[in-house]
Amino acid sequence: MGNTPRATRGYSTRSPLVGYLLRRLGTSVLLLFGVTVVTFALANLVPGDPIAAALGEGAASNPATVEAYIQERGLDQPLPVQYANYIGGLFQGDMGISLRTAQPVASDLAKAVPATVEIALLAIVVSLGVGVALGSLAAYRRGKISDQLVRVFSLIGLSIPTFWMALVSFNFFFLQLRIAPGAGRLSPVLPPPPTVTGFYTVDSLLAGQWVTFTDALAHLMLPVFVLSLFTIGLLTRFVRTSVLEVLDADYVRAGRAKGLSGSRLLFGYVLRGASLPILTIVGLAFGTLLSGTVLVEAVFAWPGLGSYAYNSATSLDLPGVMGVGLVVGVVYLSINFAVDLLYGVLDPRVRLA
Amino acid sequence: MRKRWLKIPAAWVTPLGVIGAVIAVVWVGIAFTARLWVPFDPLGQDLPRLQAPGIDTLMGTDALGRDIFSRLMTGASVTIPLALMLVLMSLVVGTLIGAIAGYFGKWVDELLMRLTDLVMAFPTVILAMVVAAALGPSLFNAVIAAFVVSWPQYARMTRSIVLGLRTQNYVMAGRLMGFSPFKTLRVDVAPNVVGPILVLASLDVGTAILLLSGLSFLGLGAQPPTPEWGSMISAAIQNFDSWWIGLFPGLAILTVVMAFNFVGDSLRDIFDPTSQVSRAGARS
Repeated sequence: MGNTPRATRGYSTRSPLVGYLLRRLGTSVLLLFGVTVVTFALANLVPGDPIAAALGEGAASNPATVEAYIQERGLDQPLPVQYANYIGGLFQGDMGISLRTAQPVASDLAKAVPATVEIALLAIVVSLGVGVALGSLAAYRRGKISDQLVRVFSLIGLSIPTFWMALVSFNFFFLQLRIAPGAGRLSPVLPPPPTVTGFYTVDSLLAGQWVTFTDALAHLMLPVFVLSLFTIGLLTRFVRTSVLEVLDADYVRAGRAKGLSGSRLLFGYVLRGASLPILTIVGLAFGTLLSGTVLVEAVFAWPGLGSYAYNSATSLDLPGVMGVGLVVGVVYLSINFAVDLLYGVLDPRVRLA
Repeated sequence: MRKRWLKIPAAWVTPLGVIGAVIAVVWVGIAFTARLWVPFDPLGQDLPRLQAPGIDTLMGTDALGRDIFSRLMTGASVTIPLALMLVLMSLVVGTLIGAIAGYFGKWVDELLMRLTDLVMAFPTVILAMVVAAALGPSLFNAVIAAFVVSWPQYARMTRSIVLGLRTQNYVMAGRLMGFSPFKTLRVDVAPNVVGPILVLASLDVGTAILLLSGLSFLGLGAQPPTPEWGSMISAAIQNFDSWWIGLFPGLAILTVVMAFNFVGDSLRDIFDPTSQVSRAGARS
């Protein structure tokens, strides 16, 4: 955990922040390298026959076709050579060709990643808002009935199987009540907005397509709701603990003694003091959201990273699987790197040495 | 005085903990006895198909004419023992590795912790999915995949506790008396680790159930016709109008996971009054 007391090293006269960041960046790059080794190793563990899977039964029974395919993809070379080729390609933005879609993995992922990030970002914002509100409420009313209720609700939120909730809410809001739009990112009649960011909501606003914007937003509602339940539970629990810790601090008491109003005290003093631990958990929550999308996208037919990962994994598409592992690893590592950076900004006392 | 073990300290008896414990015990009981008393064969396909819940079939039947109630109850004996086994495995391996890393320090620590970093560089479900897909879809492989992603949290926590203890005077004293590393770990360190690890493990049972059923939902775990909750829910996607197919297995998962979370959360109040949310809580 981030707040494990580290062995105190001597204070350096150089800027400790820069040194720390460089070291941290170094570890991240090494870790990424490790991520490629892991995904490569895992992809090659596959006991099934990916070539047969890619070519189909008919073509796979023709030795000449199989031979040509193996030659073309360099599959006859020893594994270390294949790995070196893969890494070499990565540096040029080449993640290989997907065996399943026959498209470059990089371009497949370029389409899938924004779809997932759009959900995940919105879900984080929603969870953070609700989580901070509920968590602060519980901390202020410590031991009272509302505190207990918040606790039970957040624990239930942590216990809901996401994929089931997706199914149930889709069934209820779309099939029964008919107030939610169907699966996918947009209604079938609407063309996707011109790609700028890949987020349909942002792109449609940029293009001034108001109808597309509201439709895209409506399609986001259910997946975001389902995904947020878990992270709301997580954040609520954590915000409560963090707020409780600073609530008794001298500076908060001083603020109260000065006669500061409730909201100024909460935002200017309490939450500011509690922001560091909350930030840590937001970084981690992002990981759970990425996990959650795999299960939720399957239900909502959302063409994101989760669906891509699942389709690649089940059709033994090695380059696809490796690409997803790599991209998710990069996203997750950079989020946590950004969290570390923000630490220094939010709390000048953090020496990060 | 030796009869104390029977008495549960008053502070342990919280409404939440008791409710959780009761539900958990009921489910474990069902898991071990269900095969003896369910009304229908969980694999038998002799009932009318897609029958709504009624008097004969409490929770209706699925698309193959199997009784959902019977499948649900026997499903407990698939998921719960596996989840408990998984948690036990991760606990033993993770704690050992964490203790070794924390106690020996230096390159051993560095090596083992980079290994946990590597696992933790992936969100759990994604890594587990890749591992499960690589090993081939089966319930056993899903457990292996879940194990791969869940041991590091125990290692992390144990290591941080051991690191904090290593320089304590009483641990030093033991070492000066000539305790071997393993005796130190067992006598001086272990009692401090048990509480937090127990809390982590009780919360992790829920996580394990969610992960295993999630993998089965994706088709990477239990294979048909095994009555597993996650795969029962994925069967509901093909029959959207028959709401009962997916509803009840999900409620089963929800109640079991909730029960273990209630217990774990109450245990945390006892063992750790400051209630630091551990990293484990963040991973699903």
